[in-house]
Amino acid sequence: MSTTTGAHGKVIGLPYVRVEGRDKVTGAARYAGEVPFPGLAHGWLVLSTIARGRVRSLDTAPVLDMPGVLAVLHHGNALPVDISWVDPQLGPPDATLGVFQHDRVPYAGWPVALVVAETSEQAREAAEALKVDYDQESHDVDLSYDHPGVYPLVGPLRPATEEKGDLAAELAASDVVVEAEYTTGQGHHNPMEPHAVTARWEGERLEVLDSNQGSPFVAGALAQVFSLEPTAVRVRTEHVGGAFGSKSQARTHHVAAAMAARILDRPVRVVLTRRQMFSLTGYRSATIQRIRLGANPEGKLRAVEHRSLCQTSTTYEYVEASTMMTRMMYDADAHHTANLAVRLDVPTPGFMRAPGEAPGSFALECAMDELAEKCGIDPIELRLRNEPERGPISGREYSARNVVACFREGARRFGWAERDPRPGVRREGRWLLGTGTAAATYPMHVMPSSASVTANADATFTVRIAASDLGTGARTALTLAAADALEVAPERVRVEIGDTAFGFAMVAAASAGTRSWVFAIRKAVAQLREQLSQGAAVPPEGVTVMANTFAEAGALHHDDKERHTYGAQFAEVAVDPATGEVRVRRMLGMFAAGQIINPLTARSQLIGGMTWGISMALHEEAALDEATGSLVGADFAGYHISAHADVPAVEADWVDDPDPGDPVGVKGIGEIGNVGAAAAIANAVWHATGVRHRHLPIRPDRVLLAAPSA
Amino acid sequence: MAPATSSSVTLNINGEKHTLSVDHRTTLLDALRERLDLTGSKKGCDQGQCGACTVLLDGRRAVSCLQLAVAAEGREITTIEGLSEDGRLHPVQQAFLDLDGYQCGYCTPGQICSAVAVIEEHAAGWPSAVTDDVRPEAQPAPLSAEEIRERMSGNLCRCGAYVAIVEAVAQAAATVAEQAGTEEATAA
Repeated sequence: MSTTTGAHGKVIGLPYVRVEGRDKVTGAARYAGEVPFPGLAHGWLVLSTIARGRVRSLDTAPVLDMPGVLAVLHHGNALPVDISWVDPQLGPPDATLGVFQHDRVPYAGWPVALVVAETSEQAREAAEALKVDYDQESHDVDLSYDHPGVYPLVGPLRPATEEKGDLAAELAASDVVVEAEYTTGQGHHNPMEPHAVTARWEGERLEVLDSNQGSPFVAGALAQVFSLEPTAVRVRTEHVGGAFGSKSQARTHHVAAAMAARILDRPVRVVLTRRQMFSLTGYRSATIQRIRLGANPEGKLRAVEHRSLCQTSTTYEYVEASTMMTRMMYDADAHHTANLAVRLDVPTPGFMRAPGEAPGSFALECAMDELAEKCGIDPIELRLRNEPERGPISGREYSARNVVACFREGARRFGWAERDPRPGVRREGRWLLGTGTAAATYPMHVMPSSASVTANADATFTVRIAASDLGTGARTALTLAAADALEVAPERVRVEIGDTAFGFAMVAAASAGTRSWVFAIRKAVAQLREQLSQGAAVPPEGVTVMANTFAEAGALHHDDKERHTYGAQFAEVAVDPATGEVRVRRMLGMFAAGQIINPLTARSQLIGGMTWGISMALHEEAALDEATGSLVGADFAGYHISAHADVPAVEADWVDDPDPGDPVGVKGIGEIGNVGAAAAIANAVWHATGVRHRHLPIRPDRVLLAAPSA
Repeated sequence: MAPATSSSVTLNINGEKHTLSVDHRTTLLDALRERLDLTGSKKGCDQGQCGACTVLLDGRRAVSCLQLAVAAEGREITTIEGLSEDGRLHPVQQAFLDLDGYQCGYCTPGQICSAVAVIEEHAAGWPSAVTDDVRPEAQPAPLSAEEIRERMSGNLCRCGAYVAIVEAVAQAAATVAEQAGTEEATAA
């Protein structure tokens, strides 16, 4: 073979069909719960039906007599596991990983038992037949801004509070003030593929076949929980049927399956039901956000205050850091922000697509729209007047900040110039029509990762990296990025992902996956090409180079630049004042997100994020029954996500986003499409009706009951 | 004597007969996935709310999680695995592939099976909830984006691939119509 990589065409920036696409459209792609194992047993979790108290007794004898039942694991017979460790970055684990370690019940939907049987039908029937008695205690599941337990909570990379300037003085001196409370509903990820895991022991080694966002992270936690050497746990994930944050870490089902496999000495699979996913896989807390903006008559901000409250559980501290966008989007002489939490008897919330920024952008960008109205300024013009030179709180320079280009190009395509700013004056039959806009932004992180690249003797190349493709198109993007670096056609590159045997890599989360993985792959390719340039023939076993970006990523992480992606969202809605129905008619999102590797899949991912915005604005809201402390209708009937009929023509595109100061150039696009989308829709509803809707979702009853604004 | 809890059934799947003994509680979906290793049909909710398990029963759409395997005997069952012939993709599969009508791929087999039937239902003149003129003598409405969205709304997609799915169904419908036209012309 030729050891040089040779002639090639441009691959970055051209549409490329997903490398696993054929398998996905023919049904050949196997997901975690679909791989046959000889001797497989099936586990079915039993969850608590009370929100607080103790398990008094479990009547296991009749269940053990049922056909096919192999074991009932619970706090009386579970293997001891260790959850006393502390991760240097992520802190202590959620106590939910301490599966069946005690009789306490801290929330409704807490795992109290696992029934294992020969078939899934037997396991399910036995699990449903298991009688569990509780000593019930009174619970507190009421999220309210005046709760006595409210406290400021730090999140990963997210200080609880940041303040500069004299807020009271600047507000008093402001000619125009907006003061409002915004709320968002409790959200659930609901990937279409329920969480599924198969665990198998070989002596002291644990093998796990999983559906996750980061095998190294799941493996690391399982090694800690079962007190194993890190290398004794191998986790693999191939196709992942959506995740959105819910598959980013080890959870109950991983530990339960591994524990049962250990006890029974055979492979055990645990698949969550749709209902179980609502309490065991994280969710986005509802938020209560209070904002005060003060400005001069020209709309220039003098005072910004944003305080956001979320709930967390009694077993773990997670904060939905909704004020982060405010900290870097607009400057003011007085600028106060606080992320607050309160511990309730509820399941632990967690990262969900655009954590923090999704609900935060709704409050901030609606408040900016209200300020534009009060100042009599066009909402885009208001934002242009408040473009900061530097990070408002950090004082750092922007590596690239192309939000203005997004607004200008978006406004041109959307036809914003023809917009009559007056609300409530456009009618088409029974519908009131309106348009709205909002800004979007999301931080750009890069995390340490390792990758190997092998030059094979048949002139092909194999890239191995413990990345995950959640439907993002990562496998394809990495193929293209590797081909580009190797200067070969993509057909000569095979990318293998999802296996801890490939070393440590960043979890597919926080829009930092592809960016971090490309960084590592490029480094490995550069070293391989250096080695190949010596001219020796490639031996039959190939030439492999492994490289990591541990040092580079660390340096970039702590440098002195504000690094973010940006966007401008536009929406047109129709509102029926007689029924309260809101229909989104069209959306446009323009984004500045660095180098786009594969426009075919990038467009899909951005539109997907915007579709989440429609869903968040109009549909999604888990309903909590305060009497029982558990969710009502925890399924797709009770928790509606946007369906085909809800989603109109949605367009996403991007502007050039050169960022010469960024060593990767590739940024993330997993979250940015979701940011600001709900705000654009809510602002359009105001423009249609003249009524501000500050509580998501904008349900028909809320539209009907809302008093017209003065 | 205790009542029987399992039976032998013969299922006709993708033109092939499979005889197996099934637990009476076993759904068609579980029989396909766990007994016959036909894992293309997906389990998203197991209660008929998401459409990921959609298969064709005698050519019509059905959620296989709400169908007992024992009750599917005698029906012609088509799953995602049965749509392509000799490695040649069905026009709906090809359009999903070309236009990126999917992301994670988990709802995709259900979306594709649904789309195959939607195109046939529409071609047969069946109205939907958004069809304006539903009189029997009315001309079939064109398969607009609105018609596709309405008819496909039983298939949820959490990645938010709806926009590309609708484009793919429209393109596939045109291809199917073209092929039908060619076949008719050849027959004539």
